[in-house]
Amino acid sequence: MSKPVKAVGLLSGGLDSTIAAAMLMRQGIEIQGLTFYTGFCVVEHNRRSKTRKRKKPVRNEALQAGAKLDLPVEMIDISGPDYLKVLTDPKYGYGKTVNPCIDCRIFMFRRARQYMDEIGAQFMFTGEVLGQRPMSQRRQPMNVIDRDAELDGLLLRPLSAKRLPPTVAEEKGWVDREQLGDIQGRSRQKQMEMAEEYGIEDYPSPAGGCCYLTDANFGRRILDFFEYEGKENLTMDDVMLLKIGRHFRVKPDVKVVMGREEGENKFLERYAPGRWRLETKDVTGPTTLVEGHPTDDDLRQIAGMTVRYAGSKADPDTPVACRYEETERILEPAPVEESVVEEWRI
Amino acid sequence: MIQAARTLDTYGLLCPVPIMKTASAIREIAVGEVLEVLADDPQILEDMPAWCASNGHALLDTIEDGEEYKLFVKKVK
Ligand code: SF4
Repeated sequence: MSKPVKAVGLLSGGLDSTIAAAMLMRQGIEIQGLTFYTGFCVVEHNRRSKTRKRKKPVRNEALQAGAKLDLPVEMIDISGPDYLKVLTDPKYGYGKTVNPCIDCRIFMFRRARQYMDEIGAQFMFTGEVLGQRPMSQRRQPMNVIDRDAELDGLLLRPLSAKRLPPTVAEEKGWVDREQLGDIQGRSRQKQMEMAEEYGIEDYPSPAGGCCYLTDANFGRRILDFFEYEGKENLTMDDVMLLKIGRHFRVKPDVKVVMGREEGENKFLERYAPGRWRLETKDVTGPTTLVEGHPTDDDLRQIAGMTVRYAGSKADPDTPVACRYEETERILEPAPVEESVVEEWRI
Repeated sequence: MIQAARTLDTYGLLCPVPIMKTASAIREIAVGEVLEVLADDPQILEDMPAWCASNGHALLDTIEDGEEYKLFVKKVK
């Protein structure tokens, strides 16, 4: 018996990529799942910020899909300086917010191609559906992505294959094109039917939004960072902080990050070194970090803002502990008007 | 008492990072040996069984101690 053909499947754990994998498994293809860790995952962030006890367990859908279909899943960490360059200097620009989807796909597909060669797979596939997403899943961007990622026809999109030119996998007869899909557009009707046919249950809702880069609030904060701190200075630590809390730009060189609840406060404490840290004395309130070069007046105003967000337990003149590295001072907060706070808000 | 060939400490890390670390640590032990993973992110209780099931390793035991977890993964192949 000849060795089975092996393919690398980019799995998100969503319904589409799960169906794509199931389709190819039916055709006897041996599948190695692959998923990427970018550092911009919303699920991860939500867990980081909210208090630990949650009713509904959070889970990694790509791993769940792998377990369900009984196929191995490799997770590759692409977070770091190279991926950040995709965000700061995308060749193909951004989508609705700061999502550089086309460049991101190119980056991932390149890495997937490399992985494919590493494990001796013959082709790769995704669960992408033609016309489903505005930015990266139209025909023309798909062509650009395939060209720039140097895929040489090795990427198959089983769900829409019949609407796309044949790929190497079809030309070589590794897969039967006739049995592939001809899905196009945003309706998920066909996928639901196929899920039923394949016995795929319990898939995550296709609400998407799993990537922070498509979030409008996050987008504003990133753009603020680019403007005042310079995009070339963005690090993963900055990204972590941009995802969390309330943000205020007090002056061009003074920025405030304030926790919204206990989980966030705890998380922010880890980033206190090298930053000012303010907390209300004696009453519970938010943890406030200050980046940049605040003057004493700035700090007193920020103390005022900290008191404001401490809620009803704090009087306007509740003292605020202000620490920088080993030093601590107690500040009397200066009152800040609501309108000023709103002006500062990022 | 399960004898672990290696212990991986992932305290303070959030999934999927502990899973990625598990994947690389398991490459460094022999088939039949056990990796002990220490973690404090409860998501590992969902992710580790799934990772083991999908990648064909055996999750021998999971010990919960308050908010800390100890998981024993046996390398099967
Ligand atoms: S949504 Fe995020 S992860 Fe997905 S392609 Fe766009 S930038 Fe990349």
